[in-house]
Formats: sequence, structure tokens, C-alpha cells
Amino acid sequence: MGGWERFTETFLNAKVMARYWPDIVSGLGTTIELAALIVVSGLAAGLALAVLRSFGIRVVNWGIIFVVDLFRALPPLVIIVLIYFGLPSIDVVPSGFVSTWLSLALVLMAFSEEIFWAGITAIPRGQWEAARSTGLGFTQTLAHVILPQALRITIPPLTNRTIAITKGTALGSVVAVTEILGQASSAVSNSYNPSPLTLGAAAYLVLFIPVVVFGRWVERKFR
Amino acid sequence: MIETFFNAAIMAQAWPIILAGLGNTLALSLMVVPLGLAGGMALALLSTLRSPWVRWPLMAWVDFFRAFPPLVLLIFLYAGLPFAGLELGGFACVGIAFFLNTGAYYGEVLRAGIESVAPGQIEAARSTGLTRLQALVWIVLPQAVRAVLPDLLSNTLEVVKLTSLASVVALPELLFQARQAQSLTYNPTPIVAAAAVYFLLLWPLVRLLSRLENRAVASRR
Repeated sequence: MGGWERFTETFLNAKVMARYWPDIVSGLGTTIELAALIVVSGLAAGLALAVLRSFGIRVVNWGIIFVVDLFRALPPLVIIVLIYFGLPSIDVVPSGFVSTWLSLALVLMAFSEEIFWAGITAIPRGQWEAARSTGLGFTQTLAHVILPQALRITIPPLTNRTIAITKGTALGSVVAVTEILGQASSAVSNSYNPSPLTLGAAAYLVLFIPVVVFGRWVERKFR
Repeated sequence: MIETFFNAAIMAQAWPIILAGLGNTLALSLMVVPLGLAGGMALALLSTLRSPWVRWPLMAWVDFFRAFPPLVLLIFLYAGLPFAGLELGGFACVGIAFFLNTGAYYGEVLRAGIESVAPGQIEAARSTGLTRLQALVWIVLPQAVRAVLPDLLSNTLEVVKLTSLASVVALPELLFQARQAQSLTYNPTPIVAAAAVYFLLLWPLVRLLSRLENRAVASRR
């Protein structure tokens, strides 16, 4: 058997791939589901915190800044492990899926709050004053004048950060989430062949290369 | 609650284990940050060559490794390559994975920095008799690095946090040690302690970054 045949036999084994590709596809579904939940809940929570922060209640803002700093400083895997292995000690038993979702949503919340807040503060004070003088209330000014402009500035950094955090769904495999990497790893140990890992890698590329290219495009378009 | 998550007796027992983990996390960071920077610098310098034979493969390389979750890369090296008779060990796998992954990110940051320097400066430098490489190293790079310093720092923060992935391939860094201590003591206090160590270690950098970023977004308008 030649070197190339040995290589394909090992990493691109058709028989093993035929047997395990449904697992990888189901993992792909879980990854997409997890990623969608993280993006929606993380961005919503981040925007909510940034809006809350704009009310300028000092004690509340200290709390927000602390939470944001905390989840920016902690490695996502540490948060996942803490939730998954820590909480059961007080009889709260989150699944691996919920632990990963919660952890990455908190991380995205922290990063996106920073970005949203920077966008809000980038709008000159004069616009607040002008809007208020026309009779708009504080929340009306925020919703109709400030946020539409602020959100536009925040799109490029927000896109890149969201992509980076969404890739973290692979961390779920550490706490037994059956996403792509988890499915691929268990298929490797069942078949004693690494081809499922090749399939898993391909699945990630199919999912994320368009997203990365989209991020590049957004960055250029909004510069 | 305090008994469970902040248990002093367990803390006293686990402290030496955690401390050893912190040492290894710092050592690991000191290895992978320069490695990623070197890889990124090579990519950024290559991107100054205008030839499409360089530019397109380079962009494909960078996008490939930005799309690939670092944990998947690490597992592929650690669990896949041994099937081809290539057993690298956890440490080497972490080194290679970080070189490829964080190199791509550093490369993008540095490339943006280099592109932000006006091309007229290279021409001016060349006209004084400097070679192309000399002009890049002495004129362009110092300004490029200064221009993207916040992004470089922010990427470095992510890289240090990412060293926690090494726990998956059994390198005894902070998270791995904390989990060992947790399974020895049947108590989550060591993990809370490791989280606290990470926070204290990285908080100053997070504070600094949040100031720099606020300024950057404000100037973007």
C-alpha cells in the first residue's frame, strides 16, 4: 500500500465516513442551534445592559461595569466548567448544552455591551440636547435618535466579536454536548479511525468560512 | 453556599495545586504569544507583496484558520495525527495549534496596521536609499504597531484566555489543575479559585482595553 493510499485510508476512509456522516450532520444541527441561541440572547442582553447604563444610575453602572469586566477576563471554558461542574453542588444540574449556551451568551453579552456603550457615547451630546428640546423624552431620544446612529457604528466590531464567540460552541464538547466536535470525537473512538474528525473539520469550514468572508465584507462596507 | 463555593479548608488544601497551574499558564502564555506574533508578523509582511500569487493564498490561509475553531484544530493534531503514526504530545500540539490560529489573527491585525501607513512614506524612505525591507522594518512597522496597539493587546488577552484549552490535552495549566483539585476534594472551590486567579491576572488588561476601545469607536465616526 502506497503512502497516499495509507493516508486516505486513515483520514478519508469512505466506509467510516459513510457510517458516521449522519452523526456529524446531527452535530452540525446542534452547533447551529446553539450558535443561534447564543447570538440572539447574548446580543439582546448586551444591548439591554448598554441601554440601562445610559440612564446613568451610578450604583447600577458600577454593577454593569463589574459584570462586563468579569466576563471579558474569564476564559469561556472556565465559565463552562464552573457552571457545569460547580452548580450541581447546590442541586442545580444544568445540561452541557445549557451550560455552554449560558456561558457563551454571558461572554457575548459582556463584549457587546462594551461595543454598544462605546457606540452610544460616540454620539455628540448636542444631539441629545437638540432632541430633548423638540419635546422628545429621554427614552424616545435614545430609541429614535441615538440608537439608530450608534448601532451603525457598532456593526463591524460587533460582527467580528460575534463570529469569534460563536466558534466557541466547540467548547461544548468538553461538557458532553453532542455538537460537531463532540459527535466527531465519539465517532473516532468508536471506529478507531480519525476520518470522522476530518468530516467534522469540513463541517466547521462549511459553516464558518462564509461567516468569516461575510465579516470581512461588513468590515469593508462600514469603514 | 459559602461552604460549597468558598470553602477555606479546601482552599488551603488546593492552593499549591492551583499555584503550580498558574505558573504553567504563565509559562504557556510566554511561549504562545511570541509564537503567534511571529506567525502574524510573517503573514503581514508577506501581504505587502502585491503579487496575486501571494495575496490570494495568504487570504485563504488566514480565513481558513479564522474559521476553524482552535479546539477542533487542537483535537485534530492531538487525537487525529497519532493514527498516521505522528505522536506529538500535548505541548507540541498546543504550540502548533496556537501558532496557526493566533498567527492568523495577529496577521490580520498587523496587516491592517501596515495598510494604515501612507504609501508615500515607503516611497520617501526608498528615495533616501533604504531598501524595501529596510523601509518596512524601520519606517512602516513602528507606526503600524502603534496604530493597532489596542487590537494587538485585545488579541493577546484572547490568547492568554485561550491557553485554558490546553487543559483538554492534559497540560497541567490553571484550569486543568483546578479540575484535578476539584475531583480530589469533591468540591467546586478550586474551580472558583482558578476563576478568581484568571480574573485578578487579566482585569488590569481588560480595564485598559475598555478605555482604549471607547476612544477608538468614538473616533470612528
